[in-house]
Amino acid sequence: MTDDLEDFKTLMNAATPAPDAQRRVENLQQAQKSFACAQGLQSGARPTVKRGPIARLTEGAKSMLNVLTHRGALTATTVIAAVALVVILPQTRDYMLNPFPLPNDERVESRTKTEEADQDSELSFAVPDSAVSEPVVEAPVVMEDSIAPRSRPNASSKIQTGGLGVTSESYSSSGLIGGTQRLVPSPDQRAVVLAPEQNTEDFANADTNPLKVTTEDPVSTFSIDVDTASYSIVRSSLMRGLLPPKDAVRVEEMVNYFPYSYPAPEGDVPFRPSISVTPTPWNEGTQLVHIGIQGALPQIEDRPPLNLVFLIDTSGSMQNADKLPLLKQSFRLMLSELRPEDQVSIVTYAGSAGQVLEPTAASEWSKILNALDQLEAGGSTAGQAGLQQAYQVAESMAGDGEVTRVILATDGDFNVGLSDPDALKNFIAGKRDSGTFLSVLGFGRGNLDDATMQALAQNGNGQAAYIDTLSEARKVLVDQLTGALFPIANDVKIQVEFNPAQIAEYRLIGYETRALRREDFANDKVDAGDIGAGHTVTAIYEVTPVGSDAIRNGPLRYAEQAVSEGSDEIGFFKLRYKTPGAAESQLIQHPILPGQRAVTEDVEFSYAIAGFGQLLRGGEYLGSWSYADAIALANEAKGEDSFGYRAEAITLMRLAQTLSQ
Amino acid sequence: MRMTTSDEDLAKAAAKGDADAFAALLARHYDRIFRLAFRLCGRGDQAEDLTQDICAALPTKIVGFRAQAKFTTWLYRVVVNAAEDARRRQASHSRAAVGWGDVEQMRRAEASETSEALDWLQRAMHALPQELQDTLALTLEDEMTHAQAAQVLGVSEGTVSWRMSDIRKRLRALRQEELAQ
Repeated sequence: MTDDLEDFKTLMNAATPAPDAQRRVENLQQAQKSFACAQGLQSGARPTVKRGPIARLTEGAKSMLNVLTHRGALTATTVIAAVALVVILPQTRDYMLNPFPLPNDERVESRTKTEEADQDSELSFAVPDSAVSEPVVEAPVVMEDSIAPRSRPNASSKIQTGGLGVTSESYSSSGLIGGTQRLVPSPDQRAVVLAPEQNTEDFANADTNPLKVTTEDPVSTFSIDVDTASYSIVRSSLMRGLLPPKDAVRVEEMVNYFPYSYPAPEGDVPFRPSISVTPTPWNEGTQLVHIGIQGALPQIEDRPPLNLVFLIDTSGSMQNADKLPLLKQSFRLMLSELRPEDQVSIVTYAGSAGQVLEPTAASEWSKILNALDQLEAGGSTAGQAGLQQAYQVAESMAGDGEVTRVILATDGDFNVGLSDPDALKNFIAGKRDSGTFLSVLGFGRGNLDDATMQALAQNGNGQAAYIDTLSEARKVLVDQLTGALFPIANDVKIQVEFNPAQIAEYRLIGYETRALRREDFANDKVDAGDIGAGHTVTAIYEVTPVGSDAIRNGPLRYAEQAVSEGSDEIGFFKLRYKTPGAAESQLIQHPILPGQRAVTEDVEFSYAIAGFGQLLRGGEYLGSWSYADAIALANEAKGEDSFGYRAEAITLMRLAQTLSQ
Repeated sequence: MRMTTSDEDLAKAAAKGDADAFAALLARHYDRIFRLAFRLCGRGDQAEDLTQDICAALPTKIVGFRAQAKFTTWLYRVVVNAAEDARRRQASHSRAAVGWGDVEQMRRAEASETSEALDWLQRAMHALPQELQDTLALTLEDEMTHAQAAQVLGVSEGTVSWRMSDIRKRLRALRQEELAQ
């Protein structure tokens, strides 16, 4: 008897086709878009409801859970609290999504089987496009004040009728009947709900570095960049089934996201550059000059005490799950990395800026956690006042031999009410010179102001990182905390002069936003990027040797031809850096010789990522080199990959490959 | 990363508005949705369409997830209901039966190497009344218990067990009929 069934199952499994890959991608992508739409619509409703008595209750439960929390349970508890909130809210959400009644009513009766609040499936097809595309007059953050651009007359009637019918069953089991009924939104609030969250993301980038002719412009100068935000943004886009906006892709940040183990420095020098020249994977006629800089890792045990001021954006836009809640979890992770002699303070800015936690020894966990848990999103953003207060607090904490840093955590909505972005940058630069640094952590998508984040962190001698998952928080705030907070060299600039007798053309891959003028290299007043303890920095040039088929610019009729001077050097590498606190820079220089150093997996992998980044930006110099080639190269060079970062990158490449077809 | 997070945690996060959790969840279960869709309607192209409908529906449905049942139970229910809706829609369009009901159409639609197996599946499925078809399609899922199937179908566990024995009986009868020929 069982045999018949077993046979049937075997046959069925054999007969079941694999889902069509193309449609799989399309469907996943579409679902994520709809999800984002749905979220954008409903996110507006929360602050209004959260002020109700039930919200208090759930918030109370949440902080209770959080206090009991140990690290392993972090995710779970927040999620439980999150669900508690969702249970309160369903009407708003459901009816928002279905502003028009649909003609197909034949299925309504058939839904008796469902036990949970599983609404009619036609709701789901009624993603209100019209509501989404409607222009929004005001920034969506300020829930209390903003008036929706229009309200739909039949929306309210739908809410009334549906509100009782569909969901009553689920409430009876959730035990929150009283609360839900009190929280039925008033018509005004409903109108606000219809205002979609506007995407106001802003990315810092410039046009891809052009190919330069060595005889005309032999010198290339740039500041190093240890930010990783771009990679996380790319990942967050791809995971949603969307190719990232081109401007969000900064190739050097993608390359520098990954830890490499280049030869370590010896003696007192803070870091050591190693240069290799190898064939280009995507062009037979060119070569890649790979510059890998490995920072020294000082004894972590002897690190100076840290004074950290968390400047936390608690504006209304921060309430999404991937913003304030993720931020709280991230900081909890980070606390475990701090030492008793370190000090922590928390300043928030939203509506009015305020100090939530006075400078407190890092050993007083419960006090810090309590303060973190009290944070609630609401109000608009008063960035400047918050920043000023954070610096005041930081200065009061500073002591001899200690490292003081402000860590700004925001979703980007920084400049509300701020007079002048340049003034803000100058302010931060001034504080940097007096010894207080600034790092920026970006959270969430939607109005991520990547450009401002970059500018602030660059001016504050800090890193700009984008945190999209708890594991990214772990990478930035736990695994690489030492590097992020303890610079071993400031104002690191690189200048490469190419030899026109050997190299006809060259281009720097990435670093578009970090270009420096040639004369700024030796000017110690000009700020540049910093290298933290144990950081690695990679820069890659694609060079076309004289006589190669791949030269794109033909010789000029009237220009003098370069004369070989007998030197077989490809170019000359110069690097300037300042030791922390020093005013004068030091110089490291090396000739670049053809075929230097063997190709390692690290070098190969950085090429795969550089190629991947260029593909995402359009790949204008890559010829027919494709995602498939990038995947093959990365797979070959995956190496040990003990943290799994490289495997993840290959997954992203596959996603991008499918999405780009 | 998220791969180790349980379905239920992901679903709860998605219900709260976590887009990454939703994406991870859907990617994790897409193939499962498709396979069940295929078993329910018996044709690859219809299974694709049904899966697409389900993907479009999930973003709004997921907010209704209350974690009262396992996520897969909840998901299977969505799929079974969607299949039922699709059948009803189809039935109103044309009298010609769809899915497991239409032998000729399916023979043409599917590749030849699987056609023999499909033939048999076809006859077997066709011999069953609709609710037995659904029950069978569902219980063919790996690790599906009668209790879970009952929860999905909104019937008692006893009903599922009774249906399964009914299915066995009918399959055996079919087999004997074939042997007799």
